Amino acid sequence: MNTPTGYSKPLPRLDPLFRPFWEHAQAGRLVVQTCDSCGDRHFPPSPICPVCNSDGQSWTPVSGRGTLESWIAFHRAYWSGFQPDLPYDVCLVRLAEGPLLVSNLLGGTEGAKLGAAVEVVFDHVTDTITLPKWKLIRPT
Amino acid sequence: MDGLHHLKDKVAVIGVGNTAYGSFPDVDEYGLASQAFRSAVAESGIDKNEIDGLLVCRIPYYARMGEVLGIDPRWTMTMPPHGRMSGMGIIEAVLALATGQAKYVALLYANIGRSRRVNYGGDESPSVWDSFGFTSPGAAHAMMFRRHMELYGTTTRQLAEVPVAFRYHAGLNPGAVMKKPFTIDDHESARPIVAPLRLLDYCLINDGAVCLILTTADRARDAKQKPVHISGFGGRDSFKQSAIANFNFNFWNDEVQDAGRQAYEMAGVSHADIDALMCYDNFSPTVLFSLEGLGFCPRGEAGRFVEGGTLRLGGKLPTNTDGGHLSNSYMQGWALNVEAVRQLRGDCGDRQVPDVEVVQYVQATPCSRSIIYTRR
Repeated sequence: MNTPTGYSKPLPRLDPLFRPFWEHAQAGRLVVQTCDSCGDRHFPPSPICPVCNSDGQSWTPVSGRGTLESWIAFHRAYWSGFQPDLPYDVCLVRLAEGPLLVSNLLGGTEGAKLGAAVEVVFDHVTDTITLPKWKLIRPT
Repeated sequence: MDGLHHLKDKVAVIGVGNTAYGSFPDVDEYGLASQAFRSAVAESGIDKNEIDGLLVCRIPYYARMGEVLGIDPRWTMTMPPHGRMSGMGIIEAVLALATGQAKYVALLYANIGRSRRVNYGGDESPSVWDSFGFTSPGAAHAMMFRRHMELYGTTTRQLAEVPVAFRYHAGLNPGAVMKKPFTIDDHESARPIVAPLRLLDYCLINDGAVCLILTTADRARDAKQKPVHISGFGGRDSFKQSAIANFNFNFWNDEVQDAGRQAYEMAGVSHADIDALMCYDNFSPTVLFSLEGLGFCPRGEAGRFVEGGTLRLGGKLPTNTDGGHLSNSYMQGWALNVEAVRQLRGDCGDRQVPDVEVVQYVQATPCSRSIIYTRR
């Protein structure tokens, strides 16, 4: 999956349902889909609201804050592009607004514990794709 | 599945069969499944032309399977190659038999993942999270186990009790793929795959096939084998967070509890009656989650519960006496159901649980199921 920039890891599929998420990320905004009828906020996006099954849904910004709900370290590369990064950290984050996201934990796992506060970091991996990643909020 | 109590003991297993387990690059799913089918039919004593129900799982095309076996069933079902279909398939077969849609059902499962180098991750199973390098069922289970460690203080040494016990059982099973025993210390020093899980927490990937033949209890009375009855079953699915595949924030605790409760109530048994447990073990943490869900120990206590050989033959709750997916064979639950039947018939040789009367199967997965087998 090589791109002109030489980025060799898998990139998100920009299908109609997901495209707005990645366009907002590119602009430095973390968004989730919000139901216009019942207000449920969810990710990944869904063609209808999973709670009330209505059609109208909008992408709305979230705070970029959340809590660490789990973390793991990959010692095996399932894509060759990740080989140089081994071992790399993956985290499970519960957004302050509710939805669960999987992403990468940057800056190491020192001080990691369940419920630890994390904040989003935007990683501009190619000219067109920005991945929202996370770091622990450590006391300075 | 409440309200199905009238189906208690109405269906029985009268034949089981399996191939050797290993790497068979020159045989396809149909070839492997045929071998398992022939063994199961032979020991059941029925004529294969009496089989009028066919359920296939991880076999590409049901009609080709019927062609190979030379049967034209009245009832056919096909299931996807996911590791949670054995419990679902067996329950469906019970319902087909109980409602008269078929008289004899053959359930067939085949896997050629070893010889065809299946990875169970990466581009084989695309997901929303690929760009973060999050992939594979093992990683999802590592994610759950980290939560369990954090919430309850469960340790990797406690987790090691699971694969150590199953490897010991595999050493007593002539057909098992991996027989060499290992210790808790060996587990601790094994290569990490997705930490906190290590190589010995991962199931095998091997080729093989399994067949079970089920019929109604009245027909089973005439079978060559001592019938093993399906006395209870239950199920509950968890789909609302399927974007993170093979993951549940609460370890499928509610779902396994519900499936187990239905099965116990239908069978009229309780935990103390379970002589052996057959527990879906794609990764060793799944066993801890299953024990808590079923209520063999309180929530969060499974690490302490398994310490000191609880799951070993001779222990409080002999579990996966064939070696399970971790050491016998990765037949995605199907071989565990076969082992339940063989235990109840007393066919298990060195790994036989003495005086066994009730064996429970459980799968803690997005489709959690439990089945209780008894001999009468």
